[in-house]
Amino acid sequence: MRVNDLLEARAVDMPRKEALVCGGERYTYRQIDEEARRVAGMLHDAGVRPGDRVAVCLENSADAVVAIFAVLKARAVFFVVNPHARPAYRDHLMSDSGAAAVVERDASGKPVVTPRTHPRCNDASGGSADVDLAALVYTSGSTGTPKGVMLTHRNLTFAAQSITSYLYNTAMDVILSVLPLSFTYGLGQVTTAFYAGATLVLEPSFIYPRAVLDTMRRERITGFPIVPTMATLLLQQDLRMHRLPHLRYITNAAAALPVAKTRKLRAAFPRAELFLMYGQTECQRASYLPPELVDQHPDSVGIPIPGTSADVVDGELLVRGPHVMSGYWNDEALTSKVLGRDLLTGDAVLHTGDLFRTDANGLLYFVERRDDMIKVRGEKVAPRYIEEVIARLRGVSEVSVYGVPDDLCGEAVVASVRPADGSALTADEVRRHCLAHLEPFMVPKVVDIRSTLPTSANGKVSRRALRLLTMRRGASAA
Amino acid sequence: MEALIQELRTFIVDNFLFGDGSGRFAFANDDSFQQRGIVDSTGILELVCHLQERYGISIDDAEIVPDNLDSVTKVARFVERKTAERVARAS
Repeated sequence: MRVNDLLEARAVDMPRKEALVCGGERYTYRQIDEEARRVAGMLHDAGVRPGDRVAVCLENSADAVVAIFAVLKARAVFFVVNPHARPAYRDHLMSDSGAAAVVERDASGKPVVTPRTHPRCNDASGGSADVDLAALVYTSGSTGTPKGVMLTHRNLTFAAQSITSYLYNTAMDVILSVLPLSFTYGLGQVTTAFYAGATLVLEPSFIYPRAVLDTMRRERITGFPIVPTMATLLLQQDLRMHRLPHLRYITNAAAALPVAKTRKLRAAFPRAELFLMYGQTECQRASYLPPELVDQHPDSVGIPIPGTSADVVDGELLVRGPHVMSGYWNDEALTSKVLGRDLLTGDAVLHTGDLFRTDANGLLYFVERRDDMIKVRGEKVAPRYIEEVIARLRGVSEVSVYGVPDDLCGEAVVASVRPADGSALTADEVRRHCLAHLEPFMVPKVVDIRSTLPTSANGKVSRRALRLLTMRRGASAA
Repeated sequence: MEALIQELRTFIVDNFLFGDGSGRFAFANDDSFQQRGIVDSTGILELVCHLQERYGISIDDAEIVPDNLDSVTKVARFVERKTAERVARAS
């Protein structure tokens, strides 16, 4: 089954069913399908051929959903880029993917297809992408250079089927998502909603929680996927003011929900089921905690999603199943590091790099990441990448970047900087430089200028020591 | 209103753009913070705290909505209205 079959089947069996509600506009399955067919024609006219990569550079909107399905109808491969992405990041994705075209807004705000003049320049596969490849989802590597996770039609449709089975999604569901479509968690809302024939209400962001809550009540939302930062913002609202009698479930993923927040969410929405889930882009979703266990095991992420397995081997979580990616785009070396083969079955085995433990009941518990990656609002941030950017600024002698616990963001990025001798470098200069060269969520929340950076026994700057110094100072200041 | 708009712009530039409101970061007073990616969820909370402290107004959760806060002009109108309400209550 191809991902676009999900939409096409709905357009036939429930053409007038509402598929999407976005910015006050409502679209049926048939309308989305017809629009997608029209845009697929535009892509073809722009020279897009099967296997080509196409960037969808649009915010959460009906246009973005239409563009995704249009690319798939054209038998091409889509990837979603945040339209606010910094030019350097966007350029990197364009050249890494060898994109043949971009769907973006013109000056009047209308979505248009822009062919790229020098496509395929960086394309090691010679443009002959696997016919089953549906999407590239870019995620930060440990060096910070974004890598394209290759997800096939089978990967995406299998995950949609598996996830809807444990969430019990049906055509009665109305799901509200503020998650960006450039993430598998956000993209998955489209595929699961369409798989179930449900209605998806797509909102651009959670900057104004109150406005989202109003929409939730008005649209009789039954399913609400969140990340921990949203839980924090949600719990700051006077939730007694917002009766959401239709809300059937809330899901959390992208980062662990602290136990205290889990308990508060349960108290605030006693009639909604809370699903704590774990995944990574490389397999979309690996596990979920059946909601009836959340009060006893609020720190667990549960069991493998249906039809897959997840085992802790030497402390690391290994994931097997039809949801595991086919590899990283144009990076066989990295692919072979994380993807193994099961010697008995020949199935792909994903080495998550995340350390886990299990309890006597076989429930999974996340322990920590094996690398230094920081998770800010559910997004992965590579310290090395930020260090390289800051090191390019004049007046910087040494820099170390690390994460500290943060109530709202989960972790906050901190940069400790030693200025060059005689330099009058300020924290604002460093932050401004970062803002110009990094995505906003990567910009250090705190820039800590100091005359020396502590080193470990081997002479390298110690992130661990700096983290402790910063946290101690934070605690005494509070 | 003009002075208020200027003051609010300065706050946005200093706090969310770290002092650089020109070039790629240039924005018009009617530009949506949300659409331009200028302010995120944390930023809105910082903005609300600042407005409460600087202008002595109290902002209810129910007022943290795009109509009141999503551009420099909207914030300025909102602050004027809240200030007028406070003055009216005091007299």
